[in-house]
Amino acid sequence: MFGRLTLEAFQHDWIEYAAGLSMVFGALATVILLTYFRLWKWLWKEWLTTVDHKKIGIMYIIVSFIMLFKGIFDAVMMRLQQVWSVGDSMGYITASHFQQVATAHGVTMIFFVGMGLMFGIINMILPLQIGARDVAFPALNSISFWLFTSGAMFILVSLIVGEFAGTGWTSYPPLSGLKYSPGVGVDYWLWTIQISGVGSLLSGINFFVTILKMRCPGMKLMRMPIFVWASFATMIMVMFAFPILTATLNMLTTDRLIDTKLFTTEAGGNPMMYINLIWAWGHPEVYILILPAFGIFSEVVAVFSEKRLFGYKTMVYAIFVITFLSFIVWLHHFFTMGSGASVNAFFGIMTMIIAVPTGVKVFNWLFTMFQGRVRLDTPMLWFLGFAIVFVLGGMTGVMMSIPAVDFQVHNTLFLVAHFHSVIIGGVVFGFFAGYSYWFPKFTGIMLNERIGKWAFGFWLSGFLLAFMPLYLLGFMGATRRLDHYEPQTGFFPLFAVAGVGAILICIGFGLQILQILVSIKENKKDLSGDPWNGRTLEWSTSSPPPHYNFAHIPEVHSIDPFWEMKKEPEMKKKPLHEIHMPSNTGVGVYLGALSFIFGFAMIWHMFWLAILSAIIMVGCLIARLYEKNTEYYISVEEIKRDA
Amino acid sequence: MFAAFFAAYAVLKDGVNSGPSGKDLFNLPYALIETFVLLFAALTSGIGSIFVHRRKRKRAITFFLITALLGLGFLSMEWIELSDWIQRGYSWKFSAFLSTFFTIIGTHAFHVFFAILWVFVFLIPLFFRQITDTDIRRLSCLRMFWQFIFIVWVCIFNIVYLIGAL
Amino acid sequence: MKNHYKIALVVLAIVVAVVATILFIQNNNIPVLDPKGIIGQKQRDLLFITTLLMLIVVVPAIAFTLIFAFLYRKGRPNATYRPEFYDSHLAEIVWWGVPSIIIIVLAVITYQSSYALDPYKPIESDKKPITIQVVALEWKWLFIYPEQSIATINFIQFPVDTPINFEITADAPMNSFWIPQLGGQIYAMQSMRTELHLMATEAGVYRGCSSNLSGEGFSGMVFQAKASSEQEFNQWVKEVKNSSKFLTLDEYNVLVTPSEYVPASFYKLEKQDLFNYILTK
Repeated sequence: MFGRLTLEAFQHDWIEYAAGLSMVFGALATVILLTYFRLWKWLWKEWLTTVDHKKIGIMYIIVSFIMLFKGIFDAVMMRLQQVWSVGDSMGYITASHFQQVATAHGVTMIFFVGMGLMFGIINMILPLQIGARDVAFPALNSISFWLFTSGAMFILVSLIVGEFAGTGWTSYPPLSGLKYSPGVGVDYWLWTIQISGVGSLLSGINFFVTILKMRCPGMKLMRMPIFVWASFATMIMVMFAFPILTATLNMLTTDRLIDTKLFTTEAGGNPMMYINLIWAWGHPEVYILILPAFGIFSEVVAVFSEKRLFGYKTMVYAIFVITFLSFIVWLHHFFTMGSGASVNAFFGIMTMIIAVPTGVKVFNWLFTMFQGRVRLDTPMLWFLGFAIVFVLGGMTGVMMSIPAVDFQVHNTLFLVAHFHSVIIGGVVFGFFAGYSYWFPKFTGIMLNERIGKWAFGFWLSGFLLAFMPLYLLGFMGATRRLDHYEPQTGFFPLFAVAGVGAILICIGFGLQILQILVSIKENKKDLSGDPWNGRTLEWSTSSPPPHYNFAHIPEVHSIDPFWEMKKEPEMKKKPLHEIHMPSNTGVGVYLGALSFIFGFAMIWHMFWLAILSAIIMVGCLIARLYEKNTEYYISVEEIKRDA
Repeated sequence: MFAAFFAAYAVLKDGVNSGPSGKDLFNLPYALIETFVLLFAALTSGIGSIFVHRRKRKRAITFFLITALLGLGFLSMEWIELSDWIQRGYSWKFSAFLSTFFTIIGTHAFHVFFAILWVFVFLIPLFFRQITDTDIRRLSCLRMFWQFIFIVWVCIFNIVYLIGAL
Repeated sequence: MKNHYKIALVVLAIVVAVVATILFIQNNNIPVLDPKGIIGQKQRDLLFITTLLMLIVVVPAIAFTLIFAFLYRKGRPNATYRPEFYDSHLAEIVWWGVPSIIIIVLAVITYQSSYALDPYKPIESDKKPITIQVVALEWKWLFIYPEQSIATINFIQFPVDTPINFEITADAPMNSFWIPQLGGQIYAMQSMRTELHLMATEAGVYRGCSSNLSGEGFSGMVFQAKASSEQEFNQWVKEVKNSSKFLTLDEYNVLVTPSEYVPASFYKLEKQDLFNYILTK
């Protein structure tokens, strides 16, 4: 009845116990507080079942912050092992545990921090920037969020029941096959990504249709904010790339579950096929992560330079050149697999071409600042940090795109430093720029600027200290996922410096949490709805916006429509109409919970439970199809009251 | 997604593990009949969709039911063919070729199964009430799904069966 | 005032960092930057050329970032403010054009070097190459010298200035065979045979490792690669041939069982076609 789940699955070492218990206590504390303050009904009605894109966006970001905490914790654990496990000492955790932490760190950061933060911000901002009231498929939006959260649960639950994969975040076979990883770890990995991947794909479709179909009157494609263009290109990549991931994970699952011979080294299987497929998804994935961040910077730089974004058209072209190229470079992730000179050369050249449109975007941002009036508030500081870190990271990327050079740095800490430079410098700094920029819009209060600047300082200096040494370590022969080394290698001092950097990053993150608390206490309200002198439509609403976004759907005549609207005198009051809104629904929560049960059952081979939860999931979908109360109307009186 | 499976098939189809290959196992006339069954299923879903637009309830129901029946027929034919192979010992466990074959056919069949299920999900209310705009939208989407299933099958027939058997 | 202190602090930090880095590099062995093999040397040269070419774009980018933030910050007296300047064909031509030219140059370099430094390409030399067959196991490296009929675990020796033909496979999850001080790596995969060609230009003992995660003992897959004179090499081969351990099929099956941090050991090779046997298992 319990499949292969036994009591042994609950046995762990003391660190895992501590982590698991603190998680359980955290969850229990939340449940107790909610019960004590009688907030369950509120939580269910206002948040869990909401189809309001703004709230869904906020929930994505909350979950991502929790996962960011875990991801940083994993990183600190790795840094600690790497300053401890030298020579005779084997460190404080076993190699197997270390590999699980490394794998969990990668999966958490890419899927549940990177994707979560980006999709969260897109959710919050996109409909507002195109003058829409919600996304094209609001219930589907909720389902996507809950699938995302369900996926995240697997990583957390693996701390308590069973183990996680120790294969690296891309889980190459044969290591991830049945023969070398017979336990449940890789199965957890498979289901965490498979389920959240479905959520991502559904969001991709949702946002794609939203942008095409729900722009307000006058918002032609070439008048959309660059953030919207970036999101549009991102969703195209999502729709093409994520099904590849679904297929690949499916094949590894059948290899492990029903003994297919797809990625085995016997009976005709081919592990190299997996590597090709996973990177055919994996490379577009990293562009999916970075393009929205580029979009955020396009917004921030223009507003904080008090100048229109330089080269709008080229920025759009550059986005699509990047989108197209991102699909034909995947082999650069495995130049060292022995494909031969011509294949390697082709992919190397394709890879380096991406540097051109990316560089174009950077120069366009810089020239937006040129002869503007640059306000060095926190959002702009994040941009400056990005400009330095990301450009350095991009440079090292081009270095590695030459196959012969890659042979000496592949899978070393040089590679690790490169991708952290572009992901932290790009995606994370981009998110923080957007976060500090849009926080007042969605909460109605201003963030404490002083703490924000200190947090930035710690993140930037922490990042540089934590990752610049890694470039050098790569040149010294230090590979990634290394849990032990000899002192003669000379690695230790650099790992020690990196450890200090990690601590600084922790302080930076801690300051950001402090900033939220202090800002709530200070309660400096944003009463105008436009604290930064913004240029795009979201700033025309109140802070926070009413749940229907706009009392009147705006009509747009140019780029930066709100900037133009502010120049014109007060317009005639147009008559108000009833607003048609989608109703809340629990289908997202149910599907999320059931998908978790399904995945858990599949991992532990409780097939009766898997089938049952699958049937109930289909049942939920059918029930949703028959649901009559999916929409309601907001009366004109209520709109007048909100004004 | 199917593109990724086809790519895997192209790479793995020669991994026969000293066992049978497509040439030994594929029955082309049988596969051709399956193709026509699906073709007519897609066709009847199209006709049913036209009747839905014209709000002709009884005819719409009839044609979509035929679609579902044809779909069931298709699945039965696949079941018969594949269970025979499995009984002879040639299941997905045997070789990479068989693994990837079963993966493609299985994924496609899984989609056909849902298309059949969805015919019933959408049709049952129509027994009790008139056609609404929502029904028109949903059944149009379902019709497109059947057409998609057929197109994928055409690819399977060509890439897997035809090229494999020659 | 306060801002000037902040800037001074940042500049000081940068100077300290740069000095510390230079000191570190001078006092430590950085294999990729100071290779002792001809492949590694060519790879390092490529690295430097690429970096210099990229700096043509990177330096202006970072410089403009800092300069524009300073020159055009709000509140700076007498700063030009031209909000209508948001398009310039000349600027676009420059920043599409110059990076494109750099990329074209790099593309040519890429094409040439991919062929010149293809791991499968034998190294030209009048000396007769040595063949070493490499098998990645859990979690150690097995080296087979078919011509000398010896085998070793986690240790290889070869003469300086002599091409080495590595033939590589695995009887374990995917690993990557790498000796940083001599040149680039290549994956070691089960049932597949890859090749790597290296040649040492200086005598010494160099660290080798696996750079692809293959399980728990992966970090212990460190081996020593010793480049010596030809005489020393022949002497060493003789010593190993006289060793008491024999690498038979049975002994191989013992080796295949997982073990970690295995010290170097030396065998006389009994099963001559062991590599092929492993490859076709």
